[in-house]
Amino acid sequence: MLSTTIIIVSTLICISLIMNLLRLLRGPDLPDRILALDTLYINSIGLILLFGLYKGSALYFESALLIAMLGFVSTAAICKYLLRGDIIE
Amino acid sequence: MNLIWVPLLPLLGTLVPLLTERGGRTLCAWATALLPALSLMIILSHAPSVLSGATLKSALPWIPALDLELAFRLDGLGLLFSLLILGIGLLVILYARYYLSPKDSMGRFYCYLILFMTAMLGIVLSNNLIQLWVFWELTSISSFLLISFWSDKREARRGARMALTVTGAGGMALLAGILLIGNVVGSYSLDQVLASTIQIRESGYYPAILVLMLLGAFTKSAQFPFHFWLPHAMAAPTPVSAYLHSATMVKAGIFLLARFYPVLSGTDMWFLIVSLTGLTTLLLGAYFALFKHDLKGLLAYSTISHLGLITLLLGMDTKLAAVAAVFHIINHATFKASLFMAAGIIDHESGSRDMRKLNGLWKYMPYTATLAMVAASSMAGVPLLNGFLSKEMFFSETLHQSTLGSLSWIVPVLATCGGVFSVAYSLRFIHDVFFNGEPIDLPRTPHEPPRYMKLPVEILVALCLLVGILPGYVIGDLLNSASSAVLQGLVPSYSLAIWHGLNLPLAMSTVALIGGLLIYYNRRVLFQFQAQFPEKDAKEVFESLMQSIIAGCRWLNERLENGSLQRYLMLMLLLTIALTAAPMMSLNQTTGSRPQLPADGVTITGAALLILGALATVIWHRKRMIALLTLSIVGLIVSVTFARFSAPDLALTQLSVEVVTIILLMLALFFLPQRTPKESSPHQMMRDLALSAAVGGVVGTLCYALMTRPFHSISEFFLANSKTGGGGTNVVNVILVDFRGFDTLGEITVLGIAALGIFKLINRMRLFMPAGDERGRPWSDDRYPMILAVVSQLLLPLALLVSVYIFLRGHNMPGGGFIAGLITSVAIIQQYVAHGVDFIKDRLKLNYQWLIGSGLLIAMMTGLGSWVAGRPFLTSWFDHFHLPLIGDFELASAMLFDLGVYLTVIGATLLILANLGKLTTAERPVLTKEEL
Repeated sequence: MLSTTIIIVSTLICISLIMNLLRLLRGPDLPDRILALDTLYINSIGLILLFGLYKGSALYFESALLIAMLGFVSTAAICKYLLRGDIIE
Repeated sequence: MNLIWVPLLPLLGTLVPLLTERGGRTLCAWATALLPALSLMIILSHAPSVLSGATLKSALPWIPALDLELAFRLDGLGLLFSLLILGIGLLVILYARYYLSPKDSMGRFYCYLILFMTAMLGIVLSNNLIQLWVFWELTSISSFLLISFWSDKREARRGARMALTVTGAGGMALLAGILLIGNVVGSYSLDQVLASTIQIRESGYYPAILVLMLLGAFTKSAQFPFHFWLPHAMAAPTPVSAYLHSATMVKAGIFLLARFYPVLSGTDMWFLIVSLTGLTTLLLGAYFALFKHDLKGLLAYSTISHLGLITLLLGMDTKLAAVAAVFHIINHATFKASLFMAAGIIDHESGSRDMRKLNGLWKYMPYTATLAMVAASSMAGVPLLNGFLSKEMFFSETLHQSTLGSLSWIVPVLATCGGVFSVAYSLRFIHDVFFNGEPIDLPRTPHEPPRYMKLPVEILVALCLLVGILPGYVIGDLLNSASSAVLQGLVPSYSLAIWHGLNLPLAMSTVALIGGLLIYYNRRVLFQFQAQFPEKDAKEVFESLMQSIIAGCRWLNERLENGSLQRYLMLMLLLTIALTAAPMMSLNQTTGSRPQLPADGVTITGAALLILGALATVIWHRKRMIALLTLSIVGLIVSVTFARFSAPDLALTQLSVEVVTIILLMLALFFLPQRTPKESSPHQMMRDLALSAAVGGVVGTLCYALMTRPFHSISEFFLANSKTGGGGTNVVNVILVDFRGFDTLGEITVLGIAALGIFKLINRMRLFMPAGDERGRPWSDDRYPMILAVVSQLLLPLALLVSVYIFLRGHNMPGGGFIAGLITSVAIIQQYVAHGVDFIKDRLKLNYQWLIGSGLLIAMMTGLGSWVAGRPFLTSWFDHFHLPLIGDFELASAMLFDLGVYLTVIGATLLILANLGKLTTAERPVLTKEEL
């Protein structure tokens, strides 16, 4: 049951990853791209969690946690860049 | 006493003059002389056994792994040179006490002088060729310092530079020669080299070895065509000239010839090169000495000529010639050092060294004049003086050699010519200076020097007389022992008597004396003849040669290093292709035998994302912000890939590095134009495209071929030993802090240094700041958005908790100091982003430089700690403990080391990022309404 679910969900996530990439490439504006990148981060968190479930190992959750935290930091920094140009002032 | 003390005591003695300088000049001189005197006593205590034929040896391990040791040996040759170096050295110390003026720094002078003494002793006592070479270079350096002692004089600086360049280049040749000898013999030990005569002579390298060694010796001993530096080195203070340029340093080349005489001589090549060089130098030096108006210039050329004479003797194919060479080394050192000292006294007391002005000094300083005249007569080869004896031996040897076949008669004839000029310039020294009318406008009225300034000259002149009258008693044993060391065998019988009956050498001496008188008497004709030649200053020639070499190097450097990074990258990649593609041509099958993993949809998606992200980065590389975003995709996918293929440590590291890098890039991007101008021409783009495709293809194929083959790596070893040896189950971390802990220590040191360097570079930097974004819109007024600030503050404790957790479990599970440090830094950077530098400065009282320092210190101390336990540096220690409530836990010294890594990483990251951020804290330009 679980393995079937994992296959279905990871297929969906892969599709959304590709769509994220397309959005990032197409733009048209910088905020679109930033949002696309952030969603890409979130989707890869999902992918890693799924992989952890599949392997039955807790190690992957930490990677996911770190991606979540660091993804937030980098998105925030990029947004600050758009806003003020200088991220640490 | 051990032989090692002989050079070691003067080496310690280099500090003595610096320390005693304030105690007055006399005290400084006495204190300086103390340690060399002790060395001399050690040598003298060994002298009886050496004179009876023993060779003393002593060695200390230096770098045992490289088969290097500090090895010293004392044989007859070493004894002779040590006595010259220490004996004349002590006299020069006494002499310099009175020679130097109160304005000169006596401590510095003595310090250099003793350093030079150490170096010379090291050369003559070395039993290891590499060690000999090190001391050899040390003489070049210390003599550079001594020649340029009066560094405010231009000619002193130039003379010193010239001497250093010539002797330094010779030193390089010598090193090459020594390395070749070591290659042939298989050892650098002098004992073994001296025992491998046949091996060296018959190896194909012999010509190269000979030429290289001779280059070293000839440059040092000022042999033609490298003689030109010696006259210019006369810009040195006279004690230096007396010591270095007559008695010791220039004899180092001769010493080298004598030392390797048993190994290198005995072939036609040796005889031809050495004897012809010696003969040319002998004649050239003797001829030009006559025309020098400067007292020291005359003595310098005369030294060149006498060095040529010794070289010629060593280049002759008889054993007696080698004995004569050794004898002349002694005699020349005594009479030439005393002549230089006398010239120094004359210069000191009359203010000039120009022989056109110095006349009739006999009236003013009869005592010094007598001494100088005796020494000069010895130089001319007048009977009853030591110079006569060795010259007589020289003449007799020129008659017995057959180097030039049927033309060998030329050698004695030319030798007599050299003798004639030698008499002529000695006469000029005596007659021009002490007689020949009255002095012509000298700066001072000449008078006798202080009592003790004459003492060294008296001692040396007394030696000239003693050796000259009673050679057998005074010098016989030493000469015999030194000669047998040169010949490495039995010394042929020779007679040191003054009177050998009416024979050809005596006739040659007589011809030389009479011819010299005649030439001096008719000197005006010769001077007129010589005046026809345009004066050519070796200094100018040398200087222009140096300039053109430097210009050539610069030209080459500009060709290779034109500042274009694309170009460097291209060259590097081309080389990579050349190196990797060639072996791959011979690889018949690309796919190996290893079973391949199935490719699932998720992996393929990841690969597609990776490829497209990389492509997009390349395509949009001129739009910097977008390129940064697409680059982030690559970073993310790489991290996920690491996680997917069971490398969680790498995944965590890659993720945190990724974020820090992006923040760093954005900080820098603010100051840069948002779009890069188009820099590559279509041609270059085609070239780069082809090159990168080729490199990608080659490396990709290489990876594929490698991954599809079964192979064993060293990871098996780490997996097996990580728990037992390092006390941790996380192999990656154990490698970092234990197996390769020393590497890590080096890396964090580099990290710390880089951070400090960046800090220093940007500390006071003020840069142009754009007033609006790339479309010209003004920046938002909201400096610290509220939501961001609140969320970031919430994030901080959580992030710190994660980092502590990752740090603590790092030894057994994925994590460790490096990742934890990066996470902490990112968390703090987030506060900087959300609240600004000023806010953090008030709340976080952390000095990042101090943090780097303490991190490095902790890591270093942990490493040193294992010394206390008697283990090698950075051996880790671990044990298990039990505490109530917590339970069992493990403590390892590696954790302390990891703490050092953690602190250094935080310090370095924050120092760089926060300071880059600080660049803009100052008020920035605001777009006015009109500009919008």
